[in-house]
Amino acid sequence: MNAALPSFPLYAVLGAIAAWLAIGTVGLAAPRQLRFVSRVLFPLGSAIGLGLAIVAFLALGDAPSTLVLPLGLPDLPFHVRLDPLSAFFLLILGSAGAAISLFSVGYFRSSEGTAPGLICFLYHAFLAAMAAVLVADDAYLFMVAWETMALSSYFLVTTEHRIPEIRRAGFLYLLIAHVGAIGILLCFGVLQGGTGDYSFDGMRSATLHGAWPSAAFLLALFGFGAKAGLLPLHVWLPEAHPAAPSPVSALMSGVMLKTAIYGLLRVTFDLLGNPLWWWGVVALSLGLITALFGVIFAAVQTDMKRLLAYSSIENIGIIVAGIGLAVLFSAYGKGLLSAIAMIAVLYHVLNHAFFKSLLFLATGSVLHSTRERSLGKLGGLIHRMPWVAWLALVGTLASAGLPPLNGFVSEWLLLQAFLFTPSLPQSFVNMLVPLAAGALVLAAALAAYVMVKFYGVIFLGQPREPNLANAHDAGRFERVALSYLAAGCVLLGVFPTAVIELLDPVSRMLVGASAVPAGGGSWLVLAPISEDRASYSPMVVLLAIVVVVLVTVYVVHRLYHGRVRRAPPWDCGFPLQTSRMQDTAEGFGQPIRQVFEPFFRMERELPSPFDTAPRYSVRIADRFWHALYLPVAKAADALARLVGFIQQGRISVYLTYSFVTLLALLAFVR
Amino acid sequence: MTLAGLLSQVLQVALALALAPLLVGWINQCRAWLQNRSAPSMFLPYRTIRKLFMKDAVVAENASPIFRTMPYVVFGAMCCAAAIVPSLATDLPFARAADAIALVGLFALARVFISLAAMDIGTSFGSLGARREMFIGFLAEPALLMVLFTASLISGSTSLPTIVETLAHREFAIYPSLALAGVAFAMVSLAENARIPVDNPATHLELTMIHEAMVLEYSARHLALIEWASALKLFNYSCIGLAIFMPVGIAEGSTNWLAIMAAVPILVAKLMVGGFALALIETLSAKMRIFRAPEFLGTAFLLAVLAMLVNLLLGS
Repeated sequence: MNAALPSFPLYAVLGAIAAWLAIGTVGLAAPRQLRFVSRVLFPLGSAIGLGLAIVAFLALGDAPSTLVLPLGLPDLPFHVRLDPLSAFFLLILGSAGAAISLFSVGYFRSSEGTAPGLICFLYHAFLAAMAAVLVADDAYLFMVAWETMALSSYFLVTTEHRIPEIRRAGFLYLLIAHVGAIGILLCFGVLQGGTGDYSFDGMRSATLHGAWPSAAFLLALFGFGAKAGLLPLHVWLPEAHPAAPSPVSALMSGVMLKTAIYGLLRVTFDLLGNPLWWWGVVALSLGLITALFGVIFAAVQTDMKRLLAYSSIENIGIIVAGIGLAVLFSAYGKGLLSAIAMIAVLYHVLNHAFFKSLLFLATGSVLHSTRERSLGKLGGLIHRMPWVAWLALVGTLASAGLPPLNGFVSEWLLLQAFLFTPSLPQSFVNMLVPLAAGALVLAAALAAYVMVKFYGVIFLGQPREPNLANAHDAGRFERVALSYLAAGCVLLGVFPTAVIELLDPVSRMLVGASAVPAGGGSWLVLAPISEDRASYSPMVVLLAIVVVVLVTVYVVHRLYHGRVRRAPPWDCGFPLQTSRMQDTAEGFGQPIRQVFEPFFRMERELPSPFDTAPRYSVRIADRFWHALYLPVAKAADALARLVGFIQQGRISVYLTYSFVTLLALLAFVR
Repeated sequence: MTLAGLLSQVLQVALALALAPLLVGWINQCRAWLQNRSAPSMFLPYRTIRKLFMKDAVVAENASPIFRTMPYVVFGAMCCAAAIVPSLATDLPFARAADAIALVGLFALARVFISLAAMDIGTSFGSLGARREMFIGFLAEPALLMVLFTASLISGSTSLPTIVETLAHREFAIYPSLALAGVAFAMVSLAENARIPVDNPATHLELTMIHEAMVLEYSARHLALIEWASALKLFNYSCIGLAIFMPVGIAEGSTNWLAIMAAVPILVAKLMVGGFALALIETLSAKMRIFRAPEFLGTAFLLAVLAMLVNLLLGS
């Protein structure tokens, strides 16, 4: 179909992949030289990431270009292709990856687990594999890269492999990654439509009949959903993210989850084409359930990285719900609306990459300086770590979806898309949409709750442990990386029209419609349909707030005075205040626990009034774990035992099996 | 953006700033009448704010800069909101910068800041208040948005000026969807503005306070700004309600001076009625336990969703 010639950007992307692999190999050659690895190799990787981002940025509007690589099996070469969709995700990979690599310069110091050189190899192989997933143009290369991505990230998650829980978390991650990979493999099997041609071009031109397109979509939703963390395959996220070193968590949450979104978009809109309306309803409901589930669980977490992992589940849910909406509109031929939904999805993908990387890296700095991940042992770090605290505040506000930062813009666009649904022909869908909008808004409002908890408990208040007084601020590289991501959050939030123009080629490619008003519209005001219907200008809002604040400060100080006296906190005159009287993480989540009690599986230990040494503990578990995973694991165990009896461990028995098999084959094939 | 438009914009914000404390004073006055007490002066809130501005600020020793910036940010957000809500005229230049959803976002911004500042000192009441405020907020925000969505569906727009113009030009009748949305909006406003039955603005009883618990540590000019911002918030909510459910009298276009001049007394009259209604509700109801609030706000949310469904089903 597209016999376009390979272009310079495509070569540049392939060059970046090769360079990352080369850096990794050099790291492998010098496994224990921490200084060389961290001061030379990681900055180099970061520079390549930045270069990749620039190339992808420039290639966003270009026509697709393809290339057949002289690699792979004989007669089965690798196909690669760079089109707006892959360029956009490469942009995310490059720009977030650059910051995370830079942060890693100062992060990987001690070498209790995996050697630094090996980490460097795995890390860069992970980056290269993600880039390869994004440019793959046949199922073969895609699966090879996908599995490389899963394996390298598995080894990165288990960096501290001496700790049993971390090994367990890594195993769970690997297991679900493979369950998902089976789904993707089957999906490609359906997509090739009996032609045996596994290149994506072949899949585009293959015609599927009857229920096969739906089967392919559902398999893709399952397979990519497992990687993205959709319900009920989300359980690995809250285990793997806390286990991994923080830059790896940032990379996994900020970028790797997005490759799953990329795959879903690629299959649904590009390889399958013509989506059906009920796919949209499935994705929409699944996405919203995931979002609500994720945010409710995030509110009751006591480990800061688990909290962020659940918040990632929420964001993925919102993104998938947006994809569902885009599918719905696209199936009904509403070009403009589906373009708005699609833009909202892509925008949120970009935003989440920035703010979630920022927050994960900030937890990395906190972890580094306090060696503490539990919220109950942190507090008051804004005094000790002002850089991290102020930059994390930007990420927190962005993640809470507040204007004028970036998280708000994508949610705003998505809500706009929701509000214009009543023009759909199916009344059942029309009825569904208000409920869906309500669920989305509820998730967004809860996200603010979660983020206040996250920020307030870690950075504000009094330090909950004495050793927090020794906490130190982040180093130079970490500061630069965090500032870069925070600046990204602000810029993406304040210049939405520029970002939307950037995303426009992708939306035109996927849904064949543009959400940029003819003539470009005003650069200042975001108005996807018309200014009479909806408009939002974060720049003006930001400026207005800043101006009002400055004027108020000036007037108040001028007209009255600016005198300040420092005194001990008042607290209604209560004299004995200790840091233990603040809300703990459990305390802050208590209202959510009470309101959404049926969601949780709680194990509580309440002391009796006559207890002399009272102990209170509450453990919150995921119902899915007990209702779905443990029974499946038990069944697998039982099945294995049943099969186990044929394994006698004696060679004569196995030889007999072979003999019987041969006889049977002879009888059948005869 | 014309000079005249800008002028009417400034007029609207200035009027909001000036009238907001008076609205609080009026509500207190009505409450006192209804409860058979002798009322303080209606102008007491102005005097309180002035007195607070003159005092020396006392700030806790371990307060971070967030604590000191919060009052200004919240005040700024409320001023922006006052510029967006069409209280006097519909076609103001600033209204294009933020629609109904962004307005709710601005309120959320203020709420998050005030909660963060409450947790900043690390006192028991501060974090308790922050937790409760976010708790009420996450329930109230969806309900408020659903109310605004109902109005948006009717007018096919989330832009407040368009909503108000569409609603003002409809035939005068009782629309079931708007009636349901109106009830939901009233419930949300009570919760969001820390009024009875969800919170009590007059209490410092430890176990029941929400908003007051968060601002316990504030004094002097910081407290003055917070009080003023709360008054502005109440004013803004009242004006949103009046604009959607009683859009009569709001001037259309930003340069129609005659209409704008006429809009001022109409607004004052409507606010007086609204304030009296609020005082009546506060007199007739008792404060709820905090864990009854989800039921209260859940009802509001369901009513708002119902309003939306009614609108979709019946088209009215």
